[in-house]
Amino acid sequence: MSLNLSPDEINILNGHSGAGAAMAMRIVSETARLFGAERLIPVASAHIDGALYHGDSGTLFAEKLLAGGARVAVPSTLNVGALDLACGTRTRLPPHEHDMAKRLMLAHEAMGCLATWTCAPYQAGHRPKTGTDVAWGESNAVAFCNSVLGARTNRYGDFLDICCAIIARAPDYGLHRPENRRAKVVVDCSRISARLKSSEVFWPVIGSWFGRMIGTSIGVVEGLQGFATEDRLKAFGAAAASTGAVALFHIAGVTPEAPTVDAILGGIPAEETIVVTPDMLTVARAGLSTTDLLAIDAVAIGSPHLSFEELAELDRLLDGRKTAVPFYACTGRHAVLAAEKAGVRGRLETSGISIVADTCVVVTPILSGFSGVLITNSGKFAHYAPGNTGYAVQYGSLADCVESAVSGRLTRDETAWA
Amino acid sequence: MTETKLLEGKILLNGHGEGELLRLDEPLSFWGGVDPASGRITQVRHPQCGISVAGRMLALPGTIGSSSSSAIMLELIRIGQAPAGLVLVEPDAILILGAVVAREMGWQAPPAIQIARDEMQALAGGTYRINAGE
Repeated sequence: MSLNLSPDEINILNGHSGAGAAMAMRIVSETARLFGAERLIPVASAHIDGALYHGDSGTLFAEKLLAGGARVAVPSTLNVGALDLACGTRTRLPPHEHDMAKRLMLAHEAMGCLATWTCAPYQAGHRPKTGTDVAWGESNAVAFCNSVLGARTNRYGDFLDICCAIIARAPDYGLHRPENRRAKVVVDCSRISARLKSSEVFWPVIGSWFGRMIGTSIGVVEGLQGFATEDRLKAFGAAAASTGAVALFHIAGVTPEAPTVDAILGGIPAEETIVVTPDMLTVARAGLSTTDLLAIDAVAIGSPHLSFEELAELDRLLDGRKTAVPFYACTGRHAVLAAEKAGVRGRLETSGISIVADTCVVVTPILSGFSGVLITNSGKFAHYAPGNTGYAVQYGSLADCVESAVSGRLTRDETAWA
Repeated sequence: MTETKLLEGKILLNGHGEGELLRLDEPLSFWGGVDPASGRITQVRHPQCGISVAGRMLALPGTIGSSSSSAIMLELIRIGQAPAGLVLVEPDAILILGAVVAREMGWQAPPAIQIARDEMQALAGGTYRINAGE
């Protein structure tokens, strides 16, 4: 069993489409070989996660592709960069790093990628159809794309996504193949109260528990029918993809491939069925916070990027009040535009909210200092903020974030957990 | 003087590497979990937080989390702070990709092999070498 390339693909490999495309083809073929794929398949779109600066290597790689004449051959959205080009939020990147971060972003735009600069491209109008093969990077976007949209992608790491976009192909393995998308583990949430399930604060907690429990397997969750909204599924997937390697989850009666538990098990008995208890969620929820301190120094929300609806909800909860501590709302330029049209942006800024677009506070240095306590309603921020920003984390709902921001002290409504 | 032990398994990436074993007790996302400027583990919830992966024969029980972990691996390789070799229990498109790209850039990248999970658990401490291909 070895990789068979078509004559066209061999031509690309031999440099007929330029040195950049040949390099992209070598990288994609090497990955295909690693996973035992026998062929490459066409992809309809890509979401590119390689334009975030982590050091000069990424910039040098993108510029090498560009210098080799590489251009994306399918519609390719861009994940966040390290700079806020749309709203001008100041970062504390030193001059060299700032310059290299900008060069990295511009190299991707020059290769023909769309300047979406968001980790929620699926809320910026880019929604591949169910059953379509695509090459998406960014763990939350991968989870949403596979699970909520029913399109097919593997967890493409940085660099592989742009290479797939350049050659419009991906290795035929993993989640591109329908037989690998079946659920093997059943998670039963029927013992969890309807009040908790209808509360936004539940979803990152169950997502973070799910990711840690399931690892690289595939699960179907039963008992959430009637409670899942798009933003809740977004929060679930992002948390699950932070604590585990979750690229695909199924919610029975909600996500497109799982009309029922039996359907997505595909006639094969589940390897394991886990009944979620309130105690399990209490432990998972406690794990999202890393401190007992009650003084709050900053608020960060928007991982994944806030939708317009979430910005409007923030506006409603603030109700014209001013925040006592820095409050960062991370979102995409698509949502900023909508918020501006609706008058929401102006009101949020008057309340003291810093709107961060194109990037976020956990991927680039925006927060002041390197210590303090941050409250967030994002399972993904809760997971990564301590390591990336130095801040300790308190986890709460969006309403808890708002009340804590206004008072400067942790203010948490416990009724949903009672 | 301690003896260097040879590691053998399914070759995922050719090359040679030698280093003291660092077996992670839990999976780790390199992005958000390893400092790309030093190789130090920074994920506070990880039991080995504070230890550096640089120059170590790194045995991973699985990788989780961010797809940007390839970029962290690439940067560690560029600055010479990468692990000396990767020992995995399943092929990982994300970490190995960082090494594949590094070779395209002309940088020296660590080899990677795959062994069974129980073999990984059975590895005793000490210095290990991978001689994979070539």
